[in-house]
Amino acid sequence: MDTFLGLDATLLARIQFGFTVSFHFIFPAISIGLASYLAVLNGLYLWKGNDTYLRLFNYWVKIFAICFAMGVVSGIVMSYQFGTNWSGFSDLAGPVVGPLMAYEVLTAFFLEAGFLGIMLFGRRKVGPGLHMFATLMVAVGTAISATWILSVNSWMQTPQGFSMNEAGQFVPEDWWAIVFTPSFPYRLAHTLTATYLTTAFLVGGVAAWHLLRGGQANPGVRRMFSMAMWMIVVTAPLQVVLGHEHGLNTLEYQPAKIAAMEGHFESHPDGAPLILFGIPDQAAQEMRYELSIPNLSSVIFGKGWTGALPGLDTVAPEDQPPVAVVFWSFRVMVGLGFLMLGMGAWALWTRLRGDLYASPWLHRAAVLMGPSGLVAVIAGWITTEVGRQPYVVYGALRTADAVSPLGADAVGWSLMAFIVIYFTVFGAGVLYILRLMSHPPEAGEHGARVEPGPIRSAGLTPQQQYPGRGNPSADPAE
Amino acid sequence: MPFDLTVAWALLLVFAVFTYVVLDGFDLGLGILYPLFPEKHDRDLMMNTVAPVWDGNETWLVLGGGGLFAAFPLAYAIILPATYPLVIAMLLALVFRGVAFEFRWRAQRPFSRVSWDLAFFGGSTLAALTQGMILGTLLQGIEVEGRQYAGGWWDWLTPFTLLCGVAVVLGYALLGACWLNMKTEGEIQHRARVIARLAGFATVAGIVAVSLATPFLENAYFERWLAWPGILEVAIVPVLVGVLTLVLARALLAGTGPDWLPFVLVLALFGLCFAGLGVSMWPYVIPPSVTIYDAASPPSSQLFMFVGAVVLVPIILAYTAYAYWVFRGKLDPSEGYH
Repeated sequence: MDTFLGLDATLLARIQFGFTVSFHFIFPAISIGLASYLAVLNGLYLWKGNDTYLRLFNYWVKIFAICFAMGVVSGIVMSYQFGTNWSGFSDLAGPVVGPLMAYEVLTAFFLEAGFLGIMLFGRRKVGPGLHMFATLMVAVGTAISATWILSVNSWMQTPQGFSMNEAGQFVPEDWWAIVFTPSFPYRLAHTLTATYLTTAFLVGGVAAWHLLRGGQANPGVRRMFSMAMWMIVVTAPLQVVLGHEHGLNTLEYQPAKIAAMEGHFESHPDGAPLILFGIPDQAAQEMRYELSIPNLSSVIFGKGWTGALPGLDTVAPEDQPPVAVVFWSFRVMVGLGFLMLGMGAWALWTRLRGDLYASPWLHRAAVLMGPSGLVAVIAGWITTEVGRQPYVVYGALRTADAVSPLGADAVGWSLMAFIVIYFTVFGAGVLYILRLMSHPPEAGEHGARVEPGPIRSAGLTPQQQYPGRGNPSADPAE
Repeated sequence: MPFDLTVAWALLLVFAVFTYVVLDGFDLGLGILYPLFPEKHDRDLMMNTVAPVWDGNETWLVLGGGGLFAAFPLAYAIILPATYPLVIAMLLALVFRGVAFEFRWRAQRPFSRVSWDLAFFGGSTLAALTQGMILGTLLQGIEVEGRQYAGGWWDWLTPFTLLCGVAVVLGYALLGACWLNMKTEGEIQHRARVIARLAGFATVAGIVAVSLATPFLENAYFERWLAWPGILEVAIVPVLVGVLTLVLARALLAGTGPDWLPFVLVLALFGLCFAGLGVSMWPYVIPPSVTIYDAASPPSSQLFMFVGAVVLVPIILAYTAYAYWVFRGKLDPSEGYH
């Protein structure tokens, strides 16, 4: 068999897609939430005229610009990965998936990109009203983008509305059914909420860091900590509910995925236990070192104390997803979800006591939880994607039939290139973001890209030469 | 002639790719020209001329790829594996080029900044080269069996594809130089104009070389371009290229016309190249075996998307034009966009 480092071309292509999409997902997960946060900040600034909001807007817009750029370049890779590594999928599922993605480009990518320049650099050129509009369009664009791509993904999870032609292609019959598949509303709500939660923890983590380092008097730091904690109080419980609903939906349409998430190798006709911990042994089709609470799984899924839940024994071994990956990534996501819930409760309690800004242990926890949203998002993504295996279009097209006719060498070397370059380039980007975050938002915070910024012309320092020009912060009107 | 959805999609995709080449062409061209402007403030200024719009420009490439995926999935599924190393290299090059727009301003030490300058130059040049080579690979023909690519792993590397790659690098450099001529003043503009003259000469040489080689790649191309009496119709393309070249040479050498003129003339030149490609390839999307009809997705797919495209593309063009309008005119070096 044709292999590269012992791995065959299909597995390499899966690793490549998983790697590039996970890396990509980090950036939109931040920028979807951050774009909305920026729109809120800018709106509050225009409404209330409070400079603290502008300070925060200018602070976060720089981080947003870097995230957005990394999201764009890693996203372009994704739009071509379907063809380079998954030509079978492209040919067969292209008639259904392609138009949805084309709509994403037409309704979202252009909108974001078209107004991003005005949002970043155009405040003085177009005036506050149009600038606000541009900021709003960027935020709306990111949400529309998420909607389309999750529609695509949901169709791959719970496909409907198609027929097959003689070439084996999926032919769209009912676009309404294709866009609105049964899992789509749940996935959309769960994922969008996840991006807002991710942003809230990121903002809260940065604010907490500065609170710990003597920033208690900085109104920008206080404001963003407060806003982030409110956001967590609202969205963390909401996310637990949405996740639960999504799970119920998955049980209905993809029971094998739920069995893998729960680690249920055996069917339980009268009450399934909730397995807290265990080592799945898929070869032996059993859970080793199982630590579980009897009957709780059935209760969670609304089946009652003795309700039946199907196990993986109802699925032929060759049709099962890889259990260990799904089982563990699901536990990471849920564990973090409950930590988030606890964080929200703690923050609310501290606030009611009146010492939200003087609780170092809360702040330390918030710093620690800063990246938790990102980890949870990736873990959730792995759960749902690996849980769909061995299918790429659930029940209709196997992953092995979707792959490109490439040699293992070609996929292996390109995977190496992606790994090396992504870690170098995006590592540098993350470093730049952390460096920006290490400074608190100051009074007169610069907008997108000033420090250490471009020297506008030789020998001049424009801030001094032209007060109010070349540097938004020097303009008192802003 | 009845309305043909597949033809409409082919035209729409050609439009998307052409718009991409036009818009991202000058962005990439600036990157290609970076070594010729070693001063930091010149480089800052060059980057600032496209900073607010580059992202939108690149989106047309996503539309080109996404549109091909949606309207001609079979072509997408064959072309990308056939040009696999080129596509991967182009994507990674665009990663370097794209992040350089942001990272360059964040670098604190000169070493890091120069590294991102290099990433900007290298990424832009490699992206242009691979785009040209992908085009060359397509033109020289792709071997297909059933519904899959059936050629070898090095088919994309021939003197012809390299020639196409170099021609595109030169063409983008010319677009970049003409863009700078339009957007800057003083010493930078002067240097851009000198570069534009050389790049203009080299680009026309590249166009001539590719055009001379093309008819000998496939018999079908030869028939289309050189057989009597069709030659009377298609000859209009090279004749117009000749006329445009003369006008462009005059504009660049005399330097008296408006500063936007050379840029617009080069765009027209690129338009003619696209027309020439159309003459060669029509109705094939993958010469010599897959026509646009073979590769077309089912009518239900094409129609669903076409309705949206007809409404959305004009709106996109409108707000893109607005963004360009906001940042119009010469760049004030004392202000920048920052």
